[in-house]
Amino acid sequence: MGNVRNRILLIVGLVLFSGWSLLPKSVPDPNDPSREIRVSPINLGLDLAGGMHLAVEIDDSTGVLDDQARADAIDRTLTTIRNRIDEFGVREPTIQKVGSDRIIVELAGIDDPERAKAIVERTAFLEFKLVREDDAFRNALPRIDRGIVAVVPPEELGPVDVVGEEEQTPGLEELLGGPMDTLNAAGDMLPGADTLPAGDTLPGDQTAGQADAGAAAGEASQRPLTQMLLEAPQPGTFYVAEQEKPTVERFLALDTVQALIPRNTELLWSADPVTVGEGSYFTLYVVEKDPMLTGDRLEDAGPAARNPDFNTPYVPFQTTRQGARIFERVTSRNVGRYMAIVLDHKVQSAPTIQETLSRRAQITMGSGATMQEAQDLALVLRAGALPQPIKIVEERTIGPSLGQDSIDAGRLAFVVGIIAVIGIMIWYYRLAGAMAIAALSVYVLLLLGALAGLQATLTLPGIAGIILSIGMAVDANVLIFERIREETDAGKTPRTAVENGFAEALSAIVDANLTTLITAGILYQFGTGPVRGFAVTLSIGIIASFFTALFVTRTFFLIYLERRSPADPLSI
Amino acid sequence: MRLFQRAHFDFLDSRRRAYVISGFALLLGLGSIALHGGVRLGVDFTGGTLVQFEFDQPTTVADVRAALAGASFGESQIQEFGSTSEFLVRIAEFEEGGGDAVENQVGEALTSAYGDGWRIARKEALSPRVGSELARGALIAIMISFGLTLVYLAFRFEWRFGIAAVIATIHDILITFGFISLMNIEITLTTVAAILTIVGYSLNDTIVIFDRIRENIRKFRKDAYVDLLNRSINETLPRTVLTSGTTVATLFALFLLGGEVIRPFALVLILGVMIGTYSSIFVASPALLEIENRSGHATETSKKGR
Repeated sequence: MGNVRNRILLIVGLVLFSGWSLLPKSVPDPNDPSREIRVSPINLGLDLAGGMHLAVEIDDSTGVLDDQARADAIDRTLTTIRNRIDEFGVREPTIQKVGSDRIIVELAGIDDPERAKAIVERTAFLEFKLVREDDAFRNALPRIDRGIVAVVPPEELGPVDVVGEEEQTPGLEELLGGPMDTLNAAGDMLPGADTLPAGDTLPGDQTAGQADAGAAAGEASQRPLTQMLLEAPQPGTFYVAEQEKPTVERFLALDTVQALIPRNTELLWSADPVTVGEGSYFTLYVVEKDPMLTGDRLEDAGPAARNPDFNTPYVPFQTTRQGARIFERVTSRNVGRYMAIVLDHKVQSAPTIQETLSRRAQITMGSGATMQEAQDLALVLRAGALPQPIKIVEERTIGPSLGQDSIDAGRLAFVVGIIAVIGIMIWYYRLAGAMAIAALSVYVLLLLGALAGLQATLTLPGIAGIILSIGMAVDANVLIFERIREETDAGKTPRTAVENGFAEALSAIVDANLTTLITAGILYQFGTGPVRGFAVTLSIGIIASFFTALFVTRTFFLIYLERRSPADPLSI
Repeated sequence: MRLFQRAHFDFLDSRRRAYVISGFALLLGLGSIALHGGVRLGVDFTGGTLVQFEFDQPTTVADVRAALAGASFGESQIQEFGSTSEFLVRIAEFEEGGGDAVENQVGEALTSAYGDGWRIARKEALSPRVGSELARGALIAIMISFGLTLVYLAFRFEWRFGIAAVIATIHDILITFGFISLMNIEITLTTVAAILTIVGYSLNDTIVIFDRIRENIRKFRKDAYVDLLNRSINETLPRTVLTSGTTVATLFALFLLGGEVIRPFALVLILGVMIGTYSSIFVASPALLEIENRSGHATETSKKGR
């Protein structure tokens, strides 16, 4: 019977095709692109494989961006994040724009989610700024203090704290042997480059103020900002005790204060605190607002290395040719001054300019930094800065062990569930039940093959979709078999009973499957994340179940009817 | 093997008893929801931070709570998760930036109490805005699929069938929500997927019976409507029992062996399948009868009914 032969050929073809698409894939090893590793052809979602899901948005809390600028920023952010993740080396990352203002980053099977997150979210905006060593800011301090007193209620001015000599002096001495930063031509580290003349305290309001600070506590409260700024050894810098940093930040953010800060002057915090004696202090740098050079003139950065003398990691970088010309010009004019290396508005270090710098230089990190941090800094500098800071609005992290537990448990449950279905079907329908099981095996193969072929991602809700569609596949077979039994009860011959059984069951199967398919389509269209995963597997499953029930089971019945001796009753 | 062959149960006669049962289940569930002040929404919809910790040594909720007492974040809930070495900590706050500060505080507090013997197995942090967006998206999707199902059934059957099917589906969803509230299961996106699965299953079941009713209306024009319904339910009963049975068996395997993550999900599905089966027989079909009784179209047949 040619008809049956064609049917069998089609089924065998589809089975082979599904089996082929389910063979393990060879992909380049993300850690070593020259090698290949074999991976499962079905992508497992983060809830099963472990990994990280991030949703980020442009952080526009000040509301300065118009729609065009925002759209532009989100597109550039997408490219930058993609470059960074490519360099980071993650297998099949998903990085995509959702809607008009959100980017989704999905990294399956990563070991260190915190590190990956830091790489994604870092703005990495690099600037080189000259430290202002003149007294412009110092001279403005009394006016700034008066401005703060005028607008801030007295009880919020902070503790009336008298800064005495004894707190100031140890700070200075400690510092002469303290952390040192150097920036000079690459590979040529000069220790002690930023050594200061010992005991060189600068004249100014601060010192003058502190001399008679002990006189009256009431007067100290009239200098709310100045009283928190401690003299630091390097010109153009102050120390602020760690616990007072928030108050100082709040004062500096006041409009009144911003208006009183001298022209082309900016106050920037150090990235990390320094320990002086018992206390922990942040450094406040007074720098020129206009940068000498920014990170977009960077051509390359890295590889990170460690300076053996100081045990500090550093990141060499290379500017573009144009950047080199600018760098040469500004550094040659400012030899001997301090240059702040500013990353994301925080000063990494502020070494002395020893000589004219050109294309190659390096960023020295603090002694607390690890090599990995240095490597990550090199990575983000190479991949480029984000056009705007971003904020994470959603984060999901699933550890690899949890994902593996879910898979193992799910696999066992799946096997036991399938055995239960096989048992029930054969017990209830005998040979027809076995045919249904054979058809269901084809169904599962087709479903998995389609998932692999369409590169769909299997998630926990996706498994729910599979369960529902398996249920419906079983149901379709049950509907047909019950109809065949009814037809047999009504005295029809086996062949007619089978014909009619399939025909009568058709309308229920079509309606049930189509309604579910409509629902799945809507869920795919309007749902997000997990709901979508559910919709995808459900849709594929419904189509596969429709085909197997009406075509594959039917084919098995046709074979059975041909082989069966006409006298026997149907085994159903 | 055959079950319920030629069954002759008078399902429609017991419909008033079914109304009482359904009403009771609805009241119980809705009462529980009212008592809890709404359903318990997970961080997926409220925003906030959820962290699952894995400890090398078994410990207790009280110990974890004591260890975390030093960390200063807002309201937190601590709950054992499957075993005495895994715990869920829920923090209402979400900070832009993925809750790093909260995480660091928790980390310090746990390290001082447990040393290195703990890990973060899972973390979910969402801003409240993203949460409400997800909730709205899920709701819109469900509403539209309802609408289209109604239209499809009205087109393939009659509008009465569509309404009866939607009544049964709403019945199922409400009872499932009530059950979720009673069991104190948290509603997450995965729970929503489970509820959608129930809706799909229930609708499938209802359509199979309606398909038979549609067929029997053509075959037995003279019969009373109530008899037609009873006959159709009885004729499809073997299939209903077998399909529900296999589905529940599979889900039971998932519930027992599927692991902690999947367990609440499987539980909701098991109950949902049972409700879906029940509602196809005792809610959807009676609803169809009531609609027929009340509409002029069917008066001549339903007069013969009860």
